[in-house]
Amino acid sequence: MNNEIKTGEPQRQKFDKIIEVRNVTKVFDDVTVVDDVNLSIKRGEFITLLGPSGCGKTTLLRMIAGFEAPTSGAIFLEGQDVTELPPHKRPINTVFQKYALFPHLNVYKNVAFGLKLKRLPNGYKMKKNGEYKLDKHGNKIEVYRKLTKAEMDEKITRALKLVGLEAYGHRDVTSLSGGQQQRVAIARALVCEPKVLLLDEPLGALDLKMRKDMQIELMDMHKRLGITFVYVTHDQEEALTMSDNVVVIKDGVIQQYGSPKKIYDEPKNAFVASFIGESNILSGTMKSDFNVNFCGADFKCLDKGFNKNEKVDLVVRPEDIAIESGEKGKLVGEVTQSIFKGTYYEMNVLVGDYEFTVQNTVEHKVGEKVGLSIEPNGIHIMKKLLTQNEYITEVSGENTVAICGGNFEFVNNEGFNKGDKVVAEVDFDKVELTDDESDGTVGGNVAQTLYKGSYYQVQVYTDDDDDIFVDTADEWDIDDRVGIVIPPEAIRVRAFVEEKEEEKEDEREEEKETQNDGD
Amino acid sequence: MTGIKKFRLKRSYFSFPYAVLSVLFVILPLLITAFYAFTRDGSFSFANFVKFFTTPNTLKVLLYSLGIAALVTVICLLLAYPLAMMLADSKINRSAVTVMLFIMPMWINSLLRTYAMKNVFQLIGMTNAYAAVIIGLVYDFFPFMLLPLYSVLSNMDKSYMEAANDLGCGAVQSFFKVRLPLSLPGIMSGVLMVFMPTVSTFAISDILGDTSTYMFGNIINDWFTASGGSGWNIGSAYSLILLALIGITMFIANKATGGKASAAGAAQAGGGLL
Repeated sequence: MNNEIKTGEPQRQKFDKIIEVRNVTKVFDDVTVVDDVNLSIKRGEFITLLGPSGCGKTTLLRMIAGFEAPTSGAIFLEGQDVTELPPHKRPINTVFQKYALFPHLNVYKNVAFGLKLKRLPNGYKMKKNGEYKLDKHGNKIEVYRKLTKAEMDEKITRALKLVGLEAYGHRDVTSLSGGQQQRVAIARALVCEPKVLLLDEPLGALDLKMRKDMQIELMDMHKRLGITFVYVTHDQEEALTMSDNVVVIKDGVIQQYGSPKKIYDEPKNAFVASFIGESNILSGTMKSDFNVNFCGADFKCLDKGFNKNEKVDLVVRPEDIAIESGEKGKLVGEVTQSIFKGTYYEMNVLVGDYEFTVQNTVEHKVGEKVGLSIEPNGIHIMKKLLTQNEYITEVSGENTVAICGGNFEFVNNEGFNKGDKVVAEVDFDKVELTDDESDGTVGGNVAQTLYKGSYYQVQVYTDDDDDIFVDTADEWDIDDRVGIVIPPEAIRVRAFVEEKEEEKEDEREEEKETQNDGD
Repeated sequence: MTGIKKFRLKRSYFSFPYAVLSVLFVILPLLITAFYAFTRDGSFSFANFVKFFTTPNTLKVLLYSLGIAALVTVICLLLAYPLAMMLADSKINRSAVTVMLFIMPMWINSLLRTYAMKNVFQLIGMTNAYAAVIIGLVYDFFPFMLLPLYSVLSNMDKSYMEAANDLGCGAVQSFFKVRLPLSLPGIMSGVLMVFMPTVSTFAISDILGDTSTYMFGNIINDWFTASGGSGWNIGSAYSLILLALIGITMFIANKATGGKASAAGAAQAGGGLL
């Protein structure tokens, strides 16, 4: 099949998707680094894989380059399966994180490296009488030739010129600065005229000013060359500045795919919101379509389609909050910090127990009472990102805790007493559903099932008006009556602390900071 | 205050013991050797050197020794390089213990090992003295080749090979175009560390060989152990000639690898696993 395509007339089919990653999973030593990723990359676009370090973005890139083979799944290049193709046979070139310039070659020879190995089709093998020589299958035999010295020289000079290093050809690569080495690495990759250029955090080692300059230059090169760029970075600003599309990845799973603007304005979940730009992330409740309640006040918003009283995460960008003196706004608070940032002031305003970050050109002094108001288009509602069932409840007996209106047995190692206020956590996959309602500790209706590839995530609405999420291999029908069983050892119980929410917020802030600092 | 300042410990003071050591054990012996080499019966003379150039047999033995040393070096290199490559691959060699196994023979006295080998050769009935000496030398000096190669290959950034693959190299091409040239400093220091001691060895050829495997080291040894006469003077002159030859070899090797070989060799000889 492959042979036919190669030896037949060149197929000039225009593939809109140059790269397709289908259900790709990569497991290293029992750790799933890339988890069932699907991704299409359009021809000619500048796409960025963005995520904190260790999120699997580099592994994904290395699988596209061919340095790693996926544990399962397939990668297609222009419609052809290249999953098993070694890197040197892929029309893809990489700019490595630490450049990987060959220290035993000078700049010119480094750039020439790929060209020397390139073979161009040079017609077909001919017989002496002028007929095509045919192989066993009756196909014409293609002949390849090396590039001539002049051709190579022309290409290399052009590539070096592109990166502004035409006078550096004879230089030793180790004598160049970081920025210059970076340029040589780019020239070395581009001179091979790849269909896709992969860039693995190429600007990570450069200082801030150099990085900004290189960002502009890379964008410019991308425009001029029309090659598809796949760029990996942990720097959200870099991603937003340079890309046509951004893929936000966390724990090997794509969180969101979209244009920088879309990802900034409409983050899909709290992780994306906190990772991209500064933001206030709060918990709220959807009162009805276009109405959300948070910090004790009702706000109009532009989102709908949530259940009534559904708990949601919402993000408000600091620049979308209007601030004025006095107590006029919907939210009234006190300025706790004010920092001059050049073109605006960044202020922290404490409203109740949530501290908003607000950016405004007018300064409000620390201690001043201010009113905050937010326009509907400044509020973005996201589905709550649940990772486990969590209930704020109390110990109902010697070894039982109240969950969803039932008394579940748990392992009381820490000696909680009856009536203690606690938080009970249960992993989704530890909950068991029973056909017969009476077999379970509590009963409920199946409210929603979501197929997650290898299992179903079932949301059960219990008779006590609570939700419990269950990961199960079985399919359940909506509105089925089911019983809920939780093994005692699967219930984690810890003391409930009032300031918990605030702590969580701090953690998030910290997390965000470390992510921005990067590695 | 000034008193304290006067007795302040400077960093350079720490080098004094080494200076004394090198004067006592390097410079002084060298001077004594030179003194013996350039005198005959207590007066200045070139006679010892003249003796070297006018004795065809001595020249022949020197050439033979150089040939043996070159052969041993090449065998060591060909054996050690693939092994070092395997050991440097963390997928095959999950701990450094395997490397240790190859280095461990160095912990046993070389003479003991050589005598042991002699017994083994007798046991299996190998009578070819030439082969016995070659095998003995390779066995003895193999770790000195392996260590620098292992060190340079295991420290080589994997991304160089990946870059080579990325730019169109298959496995064979990337070996010859990238891995081999980048490991040149390791090769050079390994070659030096095997070649130099092999040229001047006499114990191994003495124990394992016979008169047909007479090496230059044996000649020097014989002159020094010869009773009476001007044996020490002639032996010293021959030692200086060998020293000069080794010096030239090192100089050429250094030029060829841009001064990296001796530094790498010195670092690996002292450091590494031992």
